[in-house]
Amino acid sequence: MRKTFIRTTAALGALLMALPVMAQELTFWSWRQEDKAQYEKFIDTFEAQNPGITVKFEAFEAANYNTILSTALAGGTGPDLFMSRAYGGLETVASAGHLMALDTTKIPALANFTPAALNAQTMRSDKTLYGVPFASQTMLVIYNKELFDKNGIAEPKTYDELKAAAEKLKAAGLMPFANGTATAWQNETIVSALGSSIMGKGFYEDLMAGKADFTDPRYIEALAKLKEMSAYFPDGFIGLDYPSSQQLFTSGMAGMFAGGSFELANFAKQNPNLKLGVFAAPGKTVEDDALVGLFIDGGYAANAKTKHPEAALKFLNYVASKEYGQAFANGLRNISTVPGVTFDDPLLAEVAELNKNAIPYIMLVHFRFGEPSGSVLLQGEVQKLLADKATPDEVGKALTTGLANWYAPFKK
Amino acid sequence: MAPGGISPGAASPAPLPHETLKMFGSPLTGRRLWIAALIVPPLAFVALFVVYPILSAFAYAFFEWKGLARGEFVWFANFHKVLFQEPYATWTINAFLHNVFVFFALMVLQNGIGFVLAYCLWRELPGARFHRIAVFLPVVLSTIIVGFLFKLFLHPLFGVVNISLRAVGLGGLAMPWLGDDSTALMALIIANAWHMVGFPTLVFLAGMQRIPGEILDAVRMETQSEWVKVSKIVWPLVAPSATVVFTLLFVGAFNWFELPYVMAGLDGSPHGATDVLGLYFYRTAFGNQSGGAQDFGTGSALAVLIFLFIAVVAGFLTMYLRKREIQL
Repeated sequence: MRKTFIRTTAALGALLMALPVMAQELTFWSWRQEDKAQYEKFIDTFEAQNPGITVKFEAFEAANYNTILSTALAGGTGPDLFMSRAYGGLETVASAGHLMALDTTKIPALANFTPAALNAQTMRSDKTLYGVPFASQTMLVIYNKELFDKNGIAEPKTYDELKAAAEKLKAAGLMPFANGTATAWQNETIVSALGSSIMGKGFYEDLMAGKADFTDPRYIEALAKLKEMSAYFPDGFIGLDYPSSQQLFTSGMAGMFAGGSFELANFAKQNPNLKLGVFAAPGKTVEDDALVGLFIDGGYAANAKTKHPEAALKFLNYVASKEYGQAFANGLRNISTVPGVTFDDPLLAEVAELNKNAIPYIMLVHFRFGEPSGSVLLQGEVQKLLADKATPDEVGKALTTGLANWYAPFKK
Repeated sequence: MAPGGISPGAASPAPLPHETLKMFGSPLTGRRLWIAALIVPPLAFVALFVVYPILSAFAYAFFEWKGLARGEFVWFANFHKVLFQEPYATWTINAFLHNVFVFFALMVLQNGIGFVLAYCLWRELPGARFHRIAVFLPVVLSTIIVGFLFKLFLHPLFGVVNISLRAVGLGGLAMPWLGDDSTALMALIIANAWHMVGFPTLVFLAGMQRIPGEILDAVRMETQSEWVKVSKIVWPLVAPSATVVFTLLFVGAFNWFELPYVMAGLDGSPHGATDVLGLYFYRTAFGNQSGGAQDFGTGSALAVLIFLFIAVVAGFLTMYLRKREIQL
């Protein structure tokens, strides 16, 4: 009896000591608390395909995610895998050297990703890729199909038609737009969602080529048109915060919401009866490209100091696969950046279609690399514009002189 | 541990000879050890969690930071950046002036009204018992709750403030309170005053209740005027209470963070009209989603400046107020 006990204990002890070698446990951090259930499904699939590797999903508050992550990485207690922000947000974490460098030899599937997507996960200083991009987001106009049909409104093809549609909704006693601008970042989304087609591809290309700045008449006109359109925002919209404007739209009190495609899943969840439609805010004439604003949301990255680099790379290869992209698109109703993914959801398919004619969400993609960031400047200046405290010209000038603090092409 | 025994937790200078030890020029008796054993743990606690963070913030401020990786020692470059380099200089001044405004506004709205309320409660006006509790009740609420509550009150469409104004025919006065730069900061100040007015009230009331009855009887022989009573007797005699609430308000006004964070967001929306040093520091050190990088160096420089400003001014303020207590 006693012998058996000793033997069992010894065997169990040996097994316990061997377990960490046999099972590689990876931790995976995310800022998407709301997607926990879906991610656990994705992880189950991965674990089934890769016996011996377990992945533990942990989600943190989105607003402080970068702080939490970089503190943990600096302290050496960081996760093996994590979601990384894109562009400037990636650089804050990557510049400290805590991220595993990636390339097509490590993750062959990356070769098929679009350059725009990879660019979002590449640090500018060392031109190294640090993350597998997961989703793109689109700035556009979301509308309530039922309200449009009831009032005989079709998707507008010109700026004037958009204005006429707003006028009709207003006459019907509805709020044409649900947008409010008390929450700072909402001021940036509406510029892209309503103004991309007015500023146009030409402006964007000239801006990138250093031939234009934000005082360019095309950009100023986009701001002027935004100001004009704000007449169709709710009463007192400058004091209306983001959650309130979402609720105005989902409750059916407003016909349109100018914002990001990331709203779609949330809107559908808030009010499943809502029939949603999307369109790119039109340009001045039918001939003008109807453009949306596009950016990459984030990526999946690995800790440079992970104890299980091979297992971590296996996971990154998994999230770069078409199979994962498809599951991601179906499960999370987001536009996966993995090439070749198809969308069952007609709305998502439409957004993916609109994405083919896009300019970037300019301030996020190109101007969040210094202080003051283009986003912070734009948000404050648009608040001034919409509160009649500044003209479009003054806004353009303030953006350009503000960015000239660190953006070389604007320095004179 | 037996009283007088040498405890390992006492962290006294080791190694200790047996009977006596010269410390501070006197023998280290059992009693002294006992006292040391009681004082050292809290002192160590304070050192670890108060002194060390402050000192490390001081140190951080002199380095360049890349994310959370410490770079080179840069002397006063971060301080120079915060105070004189654009765009930081404008932001610093903007936030600082808002703090100054907040301090004076709360001095009137919070401490001023607090004093009046305390006087009414002390004079036992009808319903004083009920009001004593009612006035203090909001203080118990969390700032987060108060912030959201006032955000709802001030909602441009459904807020009780605008609805009431429209109901009494003053619809013209209905405003997007938190979205308009002329009213946003004041709205936050009023929310804060509503939340915290119970605190100065309570402190003043305690001060008033300590005024000896004989003095009050003597005053009653001299005058019937409430004003004379308040200005010549009550106000001077509650000077110690005033010292407490003034100093705490000063520190609180310049560390103001939670309420603006809840009601206006990290950016001090709209366009910096509600930006205060606390928000500005947080944004600079930890970054916000729309901003650029986190910058611990600049953030720490800012924190050090805020700390020094508060410490120095609060020091002088306390000295002045103490002197005043005696003079009055």
